[in-house]
Amino acid sequence: MSSPHPPPARRNLLEAYFRLAPLTVPVYAILLASLVGSLFILGAGGNPLVAYTALLDGALGSPDRIAATVARATPFMICALAVALGFKAGLFNIGAEGQLLLGALTAAWVGTWSWLAGAPALVAAPLVLVSGVVGGLVWGGIAGVLKARTGAHEVITTIMLNAIAAGLASFLITSRDPALLIDADASTPHTQKVADSVRLPILVGGSSLHLGIVLALALCLAVWFVLQRTTPGFEIRTVGVNPNAARYAGMRVNRTIILVMMASGALAGVAGAAEVIGGSSGYLTPGAFTNIGFDSIAIALLARGNPLAVVPAALLWGALLSGAPLMQVQADLSVNLVRIVQALIILFIAADAIVRLLFRIRAPREAGIDEPARFARGWGG
Amino acid sequence: MQTESSTDHDVSPASRTPVLRVTGLTKRFPGVVANSDVDLELHRGEILCLLGENGAGKSTLMNVVYGLYQPDEGAVEVAGRPVAFGSSADAIASGIGMVHQHFQLIPVMTVAENVILGMERRRGPFLDIDHARRELRELSSRYGLDVDPDAVVGELSVGAQQRVELVKALFRDADILILDEPTAVLTPQEVVEFFGVVRGLAKAGKSVIFITHKLREVLAVADTVVIMRTGKVVASMPAAGATEQSLATMMVGREVGFEVTKDLAEPGDVVLSVRDLQVTDDRGHATVRGLTLAVRAGEIFGIAGVEGNGQRELVEALAGMRTPVAGTIEILGRETTRWSPREVEMLGVGHVPEDRGKHGLVASYPITDNLILNRYHRRGFSRRLLMDRAAMTRNALDLIERFDVRTSSPQIAAGTLSGGNQQKIVMARELSSDLHLLLIAQPTRGLDVGSIEFIHRQVIERRDAGVAVLLVSAELDEILSLADRIGVLYRGTLTAVMDRAEATRESIGLRMAGGGGDT
Repeated sequence: MSSPHPPPARRNLLEAYFRLAPLTVPVYAILLASLVGSLFILGAGGNPLVAYTALLDGALGSPDRIAATVARATPFMICALAVALGFKAGLFNIGAEGQLLLGALTAAWVGTWSWLAGAPALVAAPLVLVSGVVGGLVWGGIAGVLKARTGAHEVITTIMLNAIAAGLASFLITSRDPALLIDADASTPHTQKVADSVRLPILVGGSSLHLGIVLALALCLAVWFVLQRTTPGFEIRTVGVNPNAARYAGMRVNRTIILVMMASGALAGVAGAAEVIGGSSGYLTPGAFTNIGFDSIAIALLARGNPLAVVPAALLWGALLSGAPLMQVQADLSVNLVRIVQALIILFIAADAIVRLLFRIRAPREAGIDEPARFARGWGG
Repeated sequence: MQTESSTDHDVSPASRTPVLRVTGLTKRFPGVVANSDVDLELHRGEILCLLGENGAGKSTLMNVVYGLYQPDEGAVEVAGRPVAFGSSADAIASGIGMVHQHFQLIPVMTVAENVILGMERRRGPFLDIDHARRELRELSSRYGLDVDPDAVVGELSVGAQQRVELVKALFRDADILILDEPTAVLTPQEVVEFFGVVRGLAKAGKSVIFITHKLREVLAVADTVVIMRTGKVVASMPAAGATEQSLATMMVGREVGFEVTKDLAEPGDVVLSVRDLQVTDDRGHATVRGLTLAVRAGEIFGIAGVEGNGQRELVEALAGMRTPVAGTIEILGRETTRWSPREVEMLGVGHVPEDRGKHGLVASYPITDNLILNRYHRRGFSRRLLMDRAAMTRNALDLIERFDVRTSSPQIAAGTLSGGNQQKIVMARELSSDLHLLLIAQPTRGLDVGSIEFIHRQVIERRDAGVAVLLVSAELDEILSLADRIGVLYRGTLTAVMDRAEATRESIGLRMAGGGGDT
């Protein structure tokens, strides 16, 4: 009878493989999406090689373009982190869109407080970011409380809260009577410009890359640390993978759900706030930030909910978006093709069985249910 | 029960051509040989017990015979003709029927509807269920299976549902019946009844393969015993003349001590006191209905009973996971009726839950994390909010050693270990802190003999150290060998409480079925 354990050398290789395995599916999904995307490009009468070269050139072709890509990725990074945190607690926060908008609204309002204009930037800017945190936190917290107290599913409640947030934003920004946030002197409706003291500094001269990216990177690291190294993080992860075991272990499941929805909303809110005070305009227009929250769900999926993987996933997203215009010009193609490629990536990640089948990637081993699996692992010695 | 072994049916296999013959069967899974060169013969009218521990390869073998797996080597013959089943449908067509441990019935449908499922006959555009009902009546009277075709399956007792499964197989003209651990869900009385049915089937010319790991059952019902160990058949012999001890030695591969050796209990003060407790299940049905009991330090109080009589809700209420509707729970003199699981745990209560996959473990977490699943907040494993990984690893290495968890590393996901090793992790975690009370539910379900021995020893050690132990088990043998006092749980109340010395298998079995309440 053969030994149930592979020899040590092979075992190490296997372990290394399984450690990398979470990465293989997204990478192959991107490849596959590009391939299928090229079919669309061919169908549209374009040359995929030219198109992808232009896309790459537009995203990374010069230092300025790289800076633009990173700037583009910043709000996605923070917002996707919000969604990823929800995933870890087993929550599907569709509401990042609305939470981000609430954060942006509070920031656009607080940023115009007159006394802030005279305050030092070191105080003023963080204060506005905190206001964004509060806005998003409240919006996320509503869904959390509804879920914990009444069992209302967060997918339903956050979709509705998104609609409310969109309507609220449109009203607050465009209403002239009463004039709420609107800049009465502007020809097209937008909010009043925030004070200079609250603006986030630009990191690369001549670009739109602001300090928000540093905040985004720090937040990704911080969330990862909290999840992996702290007791609240342990509670969040346990609630996420096995709420029954969490309850058995004395964790307060409902409280964790509320807290995570609040934290998730807070992150989305700060993403919106940072964009308002870091973006080039310094004000909020109706319809601004549309789809950032929804795209962030896709990015969080691409990152498989891992806070550190959110960074490259968001950068990829930013690159695709910021390279698209050049592709449009050079390959004479619609920007929509980039959206198609993005959608394909997510499609292939969501339907990872296709990718696993095509590239023969083995599924992660799950707890022993069936006889063969139990055999393969059960024999201790 | 041993005396009523196979003496009362004298079926001599009518034909010498076996109805089922397996020769040289080998089935491999990645990294392991599940069945290695297995031979097996089943004759007409024979009851064959397939005996072996969990993971010995019994189920794999039967799944090959039933067409669910394809063998790598070897051959299967039915009535002398070689067969190669592509699926269980092929096996059924060849007259093989299987009753799985977990019934494959649809509770909201009637017996007749369940039986015809997948082979519905039509009359015009309509379902011809009358034909099935007639045939069912005929089958149940011929084989003495009491089944009402029009009863809704969900309203039947477990024993009756099992008869429906049998009828289902017979309806499909099965000549060979494979029964996978059929007695696991039955009361002792139902088991006796069930054995009668099985003997009747054999007398009528059906051949039965009876998968079990219970030695008593082998001696009670089998004509032939086939013992498997680590994928091989280690013995194949007539049941007559076998003893529990000889069977166990062959099954495990070494001498096994049956009698758990323990000293007389020296009970101290009452640690757990429950009065008139009422608890409801998830659907709001009252399942614990006015239960009163007391457990003293240094004694094991065993709760016997068929599953579903309120065991789960009782233990969950005691552990703080379920809020009682009425009544009181006192632990160490403090009323804990409405306490949270954390508060109860901090009082020095260990809880080994009945469902380790659902409550006791997080399958995807490494052993290290599972060993602190409910202790992570304690000083020693975390400082303020920071988890102390080094301390967790030290704790894991220590407990893995002390509780003999077989693993190559503490970083391995708990879900990838065998059931016995998973249970040892739960036990290690729950027993390793300062305990006053241990709540322990179905501690050895699905485990092999070696792990069972180990876990029983651990429980007794705790008792001797002065811990009050409440043991809930559906295995009567486990209750009888561990408990100092025994209470029988029937429909949410304790119908009898007795000292171990007064208890007999029969008296408890009767009360488990709701009888014998006059004493």
